[in-house]
Amino acid sequence: MSVRRLAEDSVQPASFAFTKENAAWAKATINKYPKGRQQSAVIPLLMRAQEQDGWVTKAAIEVVADMLGMAYIRVLEVATFYTQFQLLPVGTRAHVQVCGTTPCMLRGAEDLINVCKKRIHPEPFHRNESGTLSWEEVECQGACVNAPMVMIFKDSYEDLTATQLEHIIDRFDAGKGSTVEPGPQIDRVYSAPVGGLTSLNAPEAAAKKAPSRAKKADEDSVSVPPSNAARARTDADETNPKLKTAANAKAEAAANAEVKGETRAEGESAPAGKPSLADKNRPAAIARPETPDDLKLISGVGPKIENILHELGIFTFAQVASWKKAEREWVDSYLNFKGRIERDDWVKQAKALAKGGEAEYIRVFGKKPR
Amino acid sequence: MLKDQDRIFTNIYGTKDKSLKGAMARGQWDGTKQLLEKGRDWIVNEIKASGLRGRGGAGFPTGLKWSFMPKESDGRPHYLVVNADESEPGTCKDRDILRHDPHTLIEGCVVASFAMGANTAYIYVRGEFIREREALQAAIDECYDAGLLGKNNKLGYDIDVFVHHGAGAYICGEETALLESLEGKKGQPRLKPPFPANMGLYGCPTTVNNVESIAVTPTILRRGASWFSSFGRPNNVGTKLFMMSGHVNTPCTVEETMGISFKEMVEKHGGGIRGGWDNLLAVIPGGASCPVVKAEDMMNVTLDFDGLREVKSSFGTGGMIVMDRSTDIIKAIWRISAFFKHESCGQCTPCREGTGWMMRVMERMVRGNAQKREIDMLFDVTKQIEGHTICALGDAAAWPIQGLIRNFRPEIEARIDQYTANAMAHGAVLEAAE
Repeated sequence: MSVRRLAEDSVQPASFAFTKENAAWAKATINKYPKGRQQSAVIPLLMRAQEQDGWVTKAAIEVVADMLGMAYIRVLEVATFYTQFQLLPVGTRAHVQVCGTTPCMLRGAEDLINVCKKRIHPEPFHRNESGTLSWEEVECQGACVNAPMVMIFKDSYEDLTATQLEHIIDRFDAGKGSTVEPGPQIDRVYSAPVGGLTSLNAPEAAAKKAPSRAKKADEDSVSVPPSNAARARTDADETNPKLKTAANAKAEAAANAEVKGETRAEGESAPAGKPSLADKNRPAAIARPETPDDLKLISGVGPKIENILHELGIFTFAQVASWKKAEREWVDSYLNFKGRIERDDWVKQAKALAKGGEAEYIRVFGKKPR
Repeated sequence: MLKDQDRIFTNIYGTKDKSLKGAMARGQWDGTKQLLEKGRDWIVNEIKASGLRGRGGAGFPTGLKWSFMPKESDGRPHYLVVNADESEPGTCKDRDILRHDPHTLIEGCVVASFAMGANTAYIYVRGEFIREREALQAAIDECYDAGLLGKNNKLGYDIDVFVHHGAGAYICGEETALLESLEGKKGQPRLKPPFPANMGLYGCPTTVNNVESIAVTPTILRRGASWFSSFGRPNNVGTKLFMMSGHVNTPCTVEETMGISFKEMVEKHGGGIRGGWDNLLAVIPGGASCPVVKAEDMMNVTLDFDGLREVKSSFGTGGMIVMDRSTDIIKAIWRISAFFKHESCGQCTPCREGTGWMMRVMERMVRGNAQKREIDMLFDVTKQIEGHTICALGDAAAWPIQGLIRNFRPEIEARIDQYTANAMAHGAVLEAAE
């Protein structure tokens, strides 16, 4: 067990109160348990307090104790016993929890920890200079077949390399954490083996693309952001729910799109659909050469993506290397890749591969293409 | 190899429709009412006859466990508690059930609650599984909307299913610690007896089962006990979710028949050992608490409860941690010691002090900064922790180290020799003792 104490009084806020939504949620939660057993709700309530403030404050502990009719010490011991409760303020934009237990260690968790030490702070539970980031090493997070992994707030990012983690940290530090797709960061369906299913692969199952993580808005995920931390600026116009935007007025957005003949929303918001194949930015297609290049050598391209590229008439590294920015963006949104082409720098990879194949790739990137 | 039509978890990779409608299309919730109409005794006997053993690690027969519940209520309500506090390193099967196939579990809760006369079921999900919890809650809400749960539902048996969660304590996977935690206290295990079947949650009769054990029961009842028991060897029957992590080429979770050979498992689903079979060093076969098994012993192992007992380890949860020859085995086991030190609840002295002590000695052995006699001393200490604590966490912390010393003693000694040689070498800087 580890010694865990509350934060110094100097950083403790004077008071705590649940927001109106959370208070209503708390009441419903207490009702899940039989009469007189409301103490059972202590962990969910403390967790909700942590989501609201980013960490568990002394004031929150006392408020929860009063709500449940518990002695302060009983709630305090719960808060110090369970290690998921953060007793110190954590990074406002990301608190990176790296799993360091054996299965992850075997697949390179130590490199991830080094990234955190270098990029955030040499010590866990300390914030970086601007207070936006912090990290800790946690025990097994239950994603062992997707090792190594990190968890940031509510989502886990799996099958990581050190470079990818640096990239993810950068995105969160820039306040754009939501643009990183959670789950496996390689071409893989959740916990299925890389390279295709070995079971449950009846034809109709294999043909379907895995649906992306359920975005279904149940009450839990809507009412509460991952934490106070990575919350969007709420004073900005675009976050005002009363203003009609593409996100909250679907019908009008669709009508708009019809008139303009383009369905893609601008900027960071999710594209409304695949861009049209007739778009001028679509990269030029060629006929299938006798021996197409093995596009899978480009990191980020798996068998599935390769097929799609072939359908688009893209068969050689030289083609990929010559994509212009607009073309890259078109392919990115066609694949629904959320910027991964830029991130993995396909063009640089393809250039190297086109120039000197595997040997040149190793020279440029210092590692074998996958 | 198990055929797809015999797999219970048909959407374990989330490639198909997760909604109630999709689950029903795959055969879940089919004839649940008729199953209940056959009566409590029939259900319990069928589960007993199927030979289902608990999937949480200990392998206690599930039907037998259900039969411990009092037949008639003495006025106290009965509870079913599902243990989804999956935290054993190497284990991640329940996660996929919760997020991709939640209806197997919810239907299982209905059947199991009925079999033990419970009208309330709590599912205790570990705190870190936030998205998994949301997926499960969404599925439960769907069932309430469809009239499958709640009072006066279509099934004719009043049942409420609630999701509860923890906050990052491995010890809450122990059933009485889980009950303490569910009651809103620190998760410290209780003394037994009284057993939960008599005095469990809120002092009422309670049964605690693993997610997978509960989730497979509706399918067993529908397809018959003899179907389930036709897989595997006697006493080790059924299908099971296996996990492979570490140094296999394609780590994955997969449902297979019990008693599949280790080789077939790795070749079929794991894509082989990284660097080939000759590169295999050792395997921790069933989650971190199981003793490590050397490569040559592992080659011909049958993956089931008895098969792994023959090589002095245990089947646990079916989560294999595979290590190739690049692994520093001493360090790998040290990290497991660090895990148990972190997760000890602090209630019993042998475990609270012993896990830290063992970790510190292991830390020195990783460097080789130890005496050879300390290896025996360490082994002796593990024996003094094992069996002297309220729950099995003390045992779980002791076994990996015992397995290491039993199988890799020459490695530890070589490390110590090397450290000594370096210290004695010409030009070595002598440091003052601390």
